[in-house]
Amino acid sequence: IMLPATTNLWDKPLTKGRGEVSVSAYSFLFSEFVQYTRSRVNSDVNRIEERLSDVGYQVGIRSLELMTYRDKNHKRETKIVSMLQFISQVVWKNYFGVVAKLEQSRENKDEYMLRMKEPEEDIVVNKFISVPSDFGGLNCAAFVGGIVKGILDCADFPAKVTAHSVPIKREDPKGLTTTVILVKFHPEVLEREERVKGT
Amino acid sequence: MSKDGSIYSVLILNKSGGLIYNRDFIPGNKFVANDYVILTGVFYGMYTISARYSPVEGSDGIQTLETEDFKLQALQTQTGMFFLLTADLRYPGLPEKLQSIYELYSDYVLKNPFYEMEQPIRCKKFDVLLSNLLF
Repeated sequence: IMLPATTNLWDKPLTKGRGEVSVSAYSFLFSEFVQYTRSRVNSDVNRIEERLSDVGYQVGIRSLELMTYRDKNHKRETKIVSMLQFISQVVWKNYFGVVAKLEQSRENKDEYMLRMKEPEEDIVVNKFISVPSDFGGLNCAAFVGGIVKGILDCADFPAKVTAHSVPIKREDPKGLTTTVILVKFHPEVLEREERVKGT
Repeated sequence: MSKDGSIYSVLILNKSGGLIYNRDFIPGNKFVANDYVILTGVFYGMYTISARYSPVEGSDGIQTLETEDFKLQALQTQTGMFFLLTADLRYPGLPEKLQSIYELYSDYVLKNPFYEMEQPIRCKKFDVLLSNLLF
């Protein structure tokens, strides 16, 4: 009996392929993922975000290798800002089709924010999600925060990454919200940055 | 408010005929929540009866109901849900509006992980976008 030749996952090329998925299909999958996470943590709200972030972390650690491989002229980033730019441009473009806005916090030098390019929109994973008020500020984009954390960890820029919901219109705090990804680097990253500043 | 009159209310029923969403766009309504449940139950019954007694084989039930003061448009989906829209007599394009509402439902309610099937709809984005659609 001749079995049909099946392609091994490891033999497939790493080139990009079609690179597009229907937002509806993705949203159903993501919705199921959130529901599964909810049922697993017995509705402890804080742990939902943790779990979403953990799964995103698994995506992130693989993303760094893949994106740098595909980006032909890429050199390993050693500075904080260039690393974050890599994430906000290359990674975001690959995953979401748009780039993100990168900002540094004015109050804390170790904090940076990734925001949406269009301020009236939320990040695509949250597009169809309305979080009930009894979930206290839960943002399912914690998954995306996890991706960022995974990438930064693997690139040796350890940080605490969280996703926050901020109202789109300042005068309407109860209205629709958008997402801000907050990256807070560990002190050793900033120390290292200071040391290599001269070179 | 458009010159052609306005939408009065939107009602959504689940597969079993239970009311899962009602929204009034005109002020000063004297109905309480239970009244809506009764009304929609009556409508559900009438819809089924009208489908059975139709002279045409395999026809649907009531799609449009017009009175002197308002008109009602009904949409029964393939999944057995009902979308009802009441509006001023002059309001144009009700069937299309109903389709759009159905699309909004399938996006902002069904893809919401916090929504339980067949339960009352409490999705902020659905409410906001519904208002934007109708006004």
